Amino acid sequence: MSAAVDLLDLKLVFVTGKGGTGKTTVAAGLAQLAAEHGKRVLVCETDAKGDVTALFEAPPTDFTPREIAPGIWSMSMDTEASLREYLKLHLRIPVVGRIGPLAKAFDFVATAAPGVREILTVGKFCWEVKERHYDLVVVDAPATGHIVSQLAAPQAINDLVKVGLIRGQTDWMLEILSDPRQTGLVAVCTPEEMPVNETIELATRIREETTVRMSAVVVNRVLPELFGQREEEIFEQLREPDTEEVLSGRAGGSVAPVLEAARLAVTLRRTRSTHLQHLQAGLPEGMPVLLLPYLFARSFGARTTRQVAHSLGEELGL
Amino acid sequence: MTAAKNAGTPRTVAQLLAAKDIVIACGPGGVGKTTTAAALAAKAVVEQGGRVLVLTVDPARRLADALGLKGIGNDEVRIPDEVFAGAAAHPRGELWAAMLDTKQSWDDLIRAHAPDEATREQILANPLYQNISARFVQSHDYIAMERLYEIHTEGKYDLIVVDTPPTRNALDFLDAPQRMADFFSSRLLRWLIVPYRSRLVNVAARPFYQVADRILGTQFLADISEFFILFQSMYSGFVERAEAVTRLLSERRTTFMVVSTLEATPVREAEFFSAELTARKLHLGAIVLNKVLPEYLRDAKTDKLAQSMEKSSTELAQGLTDDPAVAARVIVEVAESFSNFGVVARREAEQMAELQGAPDVLVTVPFFDADIYDMSGLLRLGAQVWD
Repeated sequence: MSAAVDLLDLKLVFVTGKGGTGKTTVAAGLAQLAAEHGKRVLVCETDAKGDVTALFEAPPTDFTPREIAPGIWSMSMDTEASLREYLKLHLRIPVVGRIGPLAKAFDFVATAAPGVREILTVGKFCWEVKERHYDLVVVDAPATGHIVSQLAAPQAINDLVKVGLIRGQTDWMLEILSDPRQTGLVAVCTPEEMPVNETIELATRIREETTVRMSAVVVNRVLPELFGQREEEIFEQLREPDTEEVLSGRAGGSVAPVLEAARLAVTLRRTRSTHLQHLQAGLPEGMPVLLLPYLFARSFGARTTRQVAHSLGEELGL
Repeated sequence: MTAAKNAGTPRTVAQLLAAKDIVIACGPGGVGKTTTAAALAAKAVVEQGGRVLVLTVDPARRLADALGLKGIGNDEVRIPDEVFAGAAAHPRGELWAAMLDTKQSWDDLIRAHAPDEATREQILANPLYQNISARFVQSHDYIAMERLYEIHTEGKYDLIVVDTPPTRNALDFLDAPQRMADFFSSRLLRWLIVPYRSRLVNVAARPFYQVADRILGTQFLADISEFFILFQSMYSGFVERAEAVTRLLSERRTTFMVVSTLEATPVREAEFFSAELTARKLHLGAIVLNKVLPEYLRDAKTDKLAQSMEKSSTELAQGLTDDPAVAARVIVEVAESFSNFGVVARREAEQMAELQGAPDVLVTVPFFDADIYDMSGLLRLGAQVWD
């Protein structure tokens, strides 16, 4: 898959998805995969819940990046800290003592003027790319509902604000965001109705409302195919009441729950594969769709993150 | 809505609904919140009667289609009785539905509070206002609660089930009314409005303007000022309203229902949410856990059996079917699959144990074979939650 190599060659990847689809897991897996390929990776949390670091079994990070695994740094977005850095770097304003009220004032303007807060967030990521501190910046981005406004913010500000420093800032941000060789978006979904529909809609909105390119769709929690056609016929024969009884006798206990569980697994897999087809049909021609298996794991941590990285690598042909 | 008023702590969702006017379904995204809210409203109409409204945010398309909600907006629409008849159910009351339209709701709010026609038109035409009303994420949170307040005040419904918008922070919508009030009472708002008149007067605010000017540009700042001057004319109306909305959320006849699955991340969010509701003295009526794997998957004896099936598959498969080799393979697959799902089921059970004890009612809903996209599906789900 040629799109494969692209993903690790990007400088900035936003990972988004409907809530509950596992976008954080995928962001962590992607960071892990890139690090395994020798890249210096920064993985950024946007809602400061500490979920990313938990997937590396490391304590939560703050605005200052910290190495949480070999080759992987983590930070969590904080708009006030981002403003502080912004003022220091771009305005050279000596406001150390007054940052509190100023941040509050800024917060206020940001609440009033949509896009200002988003710019501080997106701007920080673009800044890291511009400064080349890392080979790859992976953003555990807001859910699908919010990502569009975040990515569209630099353009929106560019339209709303005709002069001023912010205007000058948005130009170079847009340059990074609009370059498909540098920036990409990965949408995560599960093979279920709502996530699939949302992903198809997102693909359209990203294309129409932002300058960022959608690089791939990751379908998470794909259940394994238990049987081929022949196996399924035999399975049905085993479920015949008489046969089941014989089998239970031989096994030394009722096999009914075991067979019932398999039937449930097959049904779930089948319902989900129709959603998967719907997804593929609804996405733009040529959009890479990467499948990640359902993880039957006791808990989620460094080990499952490596599993996700491994599956991602396989899907990417690495 | 009769009975159960003095029946003490409700033990079932049925009792809970009978005692409340407003049920707010909240929790992490992607756990079936919308469907659960719709299912409860439908079930309440069938079982308890009365006029029930489900105020939803973004239903799955097939669900919206099946309920005849296609293209509905802010105005409440009655679900025709035929939809119930199609599911062989007989409503004892009326089911209504409305879908939150953020932009429309904001416009309505402006219309209601603007002091005169000129101000109203100026605000509606202001580019900043359009930006806020259409795209502003937090406005979504506020407007959902605002809309609930409005509908509740009209008093047309016996029960309102609200499906909350997916928020970045699951609690944003709870804080939204207060934030809106703070926003309008803020000294900063006055600062922002001053430059339009005479900014040099205010010495305290001067550093703020200097920085704001450099960051945002004078023109943009002037646009913002104009917008707030217009908005300020609605100040008292807005603050009063936001405070009333906050009061409504903590009323005795309002309850919260946390919806989640037992997946690791949602369950943690649900836990956090439950704790926050309690800390705010809001009533946590029920926790509904969707897509829970069946209990038999956790059975230790069956798990052992599955393990031994895997080992002795060849002997077990002898002569049972017309192809013993394939049968042996199937037995291995089936046994492995059981163990796999068993791991997940046990993980889920642990998660659930941690949630227990918090709400009045804790309900689990099994993994359904198919998606829910019609009234029969909703009522099936409703029945699972009901008693």
